Amino acid sequence: MTDLLQRIGARTLERLAKVGQASVMWALAIWGLPRRGDFALLVRQIYSIGVLSLIIIVLSAFSIGSVIALQFYTQLARFGAEDAVGLGLALVLLRELGPVVTGLLFAGRAGSAITAEIGLMKSTEQLSSMEMMGVDPLRRIVAPRLWAGIISMPLLTAIFNVVAIYGGAVVAVQWLGSDPGGFWSGMQDAVEVWDDLGKGTVKSIVFAVFVTWIAVFQGYDTEPTAEGIGRATTRTVVLSSVMVLALDFALTLGMYGEFK
Amino acid sequence: MSADAYIEIEELHFSRGSRKIFNGLTMSIPRGRITGIMGPSGTGKTTLLRIIGGQLKPDSGSVRVDGVDMARVSRDELFELRKRMGMLFQSSALFTDLSVFENVAFPLREHTRLPEDSIRDLVLMKLNAVGLRGARDLYPSELSGGMSRRVALARAIALDPDLLMYDEPFTGQDPIAMGVLLTLIKNLNLALRTTNIVVSHDIHETSTIADQLYVIADGRVIGAGTPAELQANDSELIRQFMHGRPDGPVPFHFPAPDIARDLLERAR
Repeated sequence: MTDLLQRIGARTLERLAKVGQASVMWALAIWGLPRRGDFALLVRQIYSIGVLSLIIIVLSAFSIGSVIALQFYTQLARFGAEDAVGLGLALVLLRELGPVVTGLLFAGRAGSAITAEIGLMKSTEQLSSMEMMGVDPLRRIVAPRLWAGIISMPLLTAIFNVVAIYGGAVVAVQWLGSDPGGFWSGMQDAVEVWDDLGKGTVKSIVFAVFVTWIAVFQGYDTEPTAEGIGRATTRTVVLSSVMVLALDFALTLGMYGEFK
Repeated sequence: MSADAYIEIEELHFSRGSRKIFNGLTMSIPRGRITGIMGPSGTGKTTLLRIIGGQLKPDSGSVRVDGVDMARVSRDELFELRKRMGMLFQSSALFTDLSVFENVAFPLREHTRLPEDSIRDLVLMKLNAVGLRGARDLYPSELSGGMSRRVALARAIALDPDLLMYDEPFTGQDPIAMGVLLTLIKNLNLALRTTNIVVSHDIHETSTIADQLYVIADGRVIGAGTPAELQANDSELIRQFMHGRPDGPVPFHFPAPDIARDLLERAR
């Protein structure tokens, strides 16, 4: 029994120490910018983290938007309320699915790539050699990736929302013959700038901070072996996904107020 | 601290988990000379370089580099101090996404505001010094092991450091590449008057270029002197190491129970 308690205590302390290390790394990296020449590094990271994630975001968005429109249309048509497909689609995307699905896809596509890249740099002593040259890897490697993630994810979320709504419109209006006026005007009437668009954007920024933070820390803290990098990459995807879902619940509870 | 010492290490203690790496290690690295640090594998030679470079903090004891106490140095001061250090890693540690030219230009771009023309001239001069001016456009994946070490060496000397640390520079090199590296280390020392530390277990090669040698084992210095003095040393441990004997004070066998008992155990 004492052994078990000791083990739980040791594991808890170990986890707390990791959270502490990750927080110090985040603070040092986030204040590391800007410096001469760092803008180019940031642009390069926005390209590899943001632009290269576009294909999966666009394809998923179109597919998800189409499916939601199809489901909404099928149910709402039973009550003769097909015109409400547009507003339902927009609200569910802007408030929930846009930020959450983008967060999950971002964790799988960009988060894993960030962890693997930094982990490989660590295992081949590139981070150590940078340190020994008097160049801080937190500023040169970690900071541009953190900032690029924080900038890219809200933009990817916006693109996801636009493409998903377009996908929904293709299914509901072009294919199933819903009235285009009702589809678009219903959406225009129901969507509030702050309540729907603003709060969804806040969610995507919070997800961006946590997903990129987890990804860079897992890479930076990885055991410098092939097995260690594999484990770190998996941890990034699992932790980020769980974090996105948990934060989504907390943010929805906090931002959308009274539910009872 | 002696007047011509660039690095002074006193009573250094360092552990990894429960394993004691250094147990009161004391040594002095003279300024402008080549010092070889040798010892059996796993004695902490690379760890020592990382402690000197401030990447690892000792448990106790003092490490002074050019008069600076590494235990009291701030993060910013440490990065400033490292601009005067160059280190050649065992794996070369070249940046795989940069060409040879850009690898050597990296410290210059980070730490100087030199115009592009001057950076180009300096990089080509450093690459010429290691004989790889013609390889400037290649990427690390296109280089042989020996060429990678030479590019890493050109990058390490890009800022004309006061201290150059070589971590196992001869490991895995063919005789020609080894000869080239030996000549380069010696010539760079003569030309730049840098303080050099060569960590290696290649006795013959290190002995030919080093002005003084330290042999470390069991977490402390077990022998020091010129290569000739160490060759003539009476200590059994140093003789075993210097003459490459498989058995002696450092046993051939990892601690294990008696072989007969081990083999018969399954038969019972």
